[in-house]
Amino acid sequence: MDWEKYLTAEQFYNNFVADDRFVKYILGGLKTTLIITLFAVLLGIFLGFLVGTVRSTYERTGKLVVLNAVCRVYLSVIRGTPVAVQLMIMYFFIFAAPGSSKLLSAILAFGINSGAYVAEIFRSGIMSIDNGQFEAGRSLGFNYAQTVWYIILPQAFKNVLPALCNEFIALLKETSVSGFIALQDLTRGADVIRSRTYNPVLPLFTVALVYWMIVTFLTYMVGKLETRLRKNEKR
Amino acid sequence: MAENQTKNREIGAGEPLIQVKELCKSFDGVDVLKNITTTIKKGEVVFVVGPSGSGKSTFLRCMNLLEEPTGGHIFFEGTDITDKNTDINLLRRKMGMVFQQFNLFPHMSIMKNMTIAPVKLLGVKEEDAVKEAEKLLARVGLLDKKDAYPAQLSGGQKQRIAIVRALMMKPDVMLFDEPTSALDPEMVGEVLNVMRELAKEHMTMLVVTHEMGFAREVADRVMFLDGGDFVEEAPPEEFFTNPKSERLRSFLSKVL
Repeated sequence: MDWEKYLTAEQFYNNFVADDRFVKYILGGLKTTLIITLFAVLLGIFLGFLVGTVRSTYERTGKLVVLNAVCRVYLSVIRGTPVAVQLMIMYFFIFAAPGSSKLLSAILAFGINSGAYVAEIFRSGIMSIDNGQFEAGRSLGFNYAQTVWYIILPQAFKNVLPALCNEFIALLKETSVSGFIALQDLTRGADVIRSRTYNPVLPLFTVALVYWMIVTFLTYMVGKLETRLRKNEKR
Repeated sequence: MAENQTKNREIGAGEPLIQVKELCKSFDGVDVLKNITTTIKKGEVVFVVGPSGSGKSTFLRCMNLLEEPTGGHIFFEGTDITDKNTDINLLRRKMGMVFQQFNLFPHMSIMKNMTIAPVKLLGVKEEDAVKEAEKLLARVGLLDKKDAYPAQLSGGQKQRIAIVRALMMKPDVMLFDEPTSALDPEMVGEVLNVMRELAKEHMTMLVVTHEMGFAREVADRVMFLDGGDFVEEAPPEEFFTNPKSERLRSFLSKVL
């Protein structure tokens, strides 16, 4: 491999400065990636919370049989197929109308995909809480929903936080397949530069570094949050 | 304070508080409770003893429907709690329960453990609930722990908190499910002291326990549950000194 020829000042100028490429493709792509990830995370939490609650309620009480069956189909389909395929189906089939929003398609596809994984994380978190906590809540007079809300979920959330964080980090990186619907996210932005400058080093390693920095920052923030949530376990 | 279930008139001391009629419970075809009929009067302190697996805890847990009976009826303050139309959540507010494993909420401070139910369920003002909690904590000698979390407490302290947490709802009856069985021996006394105080104040209590000495000292009536049915019941002196049935004699010879 011949590193030096890709790392000259001229190459740097061509890849980043000329034609405003850094701003247009790297920063612009980063913005798109972050928007998709943020809204997909929100949608994923919302869906995952609903589905996880339905699934765990079914497992605890035997109620919600029909809803549980629907949720299981959702989980099976989403987890059994690649996200890139789901994304293309969303954009080219479900949003088939010309001029429909690529960004919205991506947010929905990634959000619905993430929701399936979040649901299973929430379900296992709720199921991991000792039954005595349910009984203590119920014996005080809380109904099932109140018990889950005030007593079970806060504990479950703390337990699943690391898994949840990993899911969102995975989601951030998975949005790199947005190029399949010609959406110019961070990865596609780098690839556009590469295709114009024939430099496979500068743009690609730059976006790799950007992903890495975001992931490292997220990991650090969640670590701090975990420490705060654990303060009541100190002896 | 929002009052609930006001359709029943006040029940005076000595009148039936809980009436159990032909109560049956089976798990997967195994009969755990067989046709139990008994009455617990207001102000009465009733102890349930018996060998492990006899159904003691199941009986107790049927009283607030933590276990769903498979047959029979349970009337609490005149309301049939086994009736599908009864709102068990309202009735449970008036039945305090103390568990073997304490079941404090680990993510809440002691104060929050105690105030959450009256504040959220009875509409008690936060500051009033805090005052009430401080009073109860002082009574059990744990006022200095109000801002601690459950993990920072010993087993005996946790169980004392669990008792006063249940008392925050001003229950009409307290159900104790082997409250000292998970404790180190040196911590049993402090929990029994709190229960003794309660009994002196004429709280109606239904206690499942292995503490025979305590039963003898505190109970108004001791019931012997064996094989899913009450074999014998009597005031404590008679129960322990003059057991009538062979099964109770044999049980007592093993545990005393």
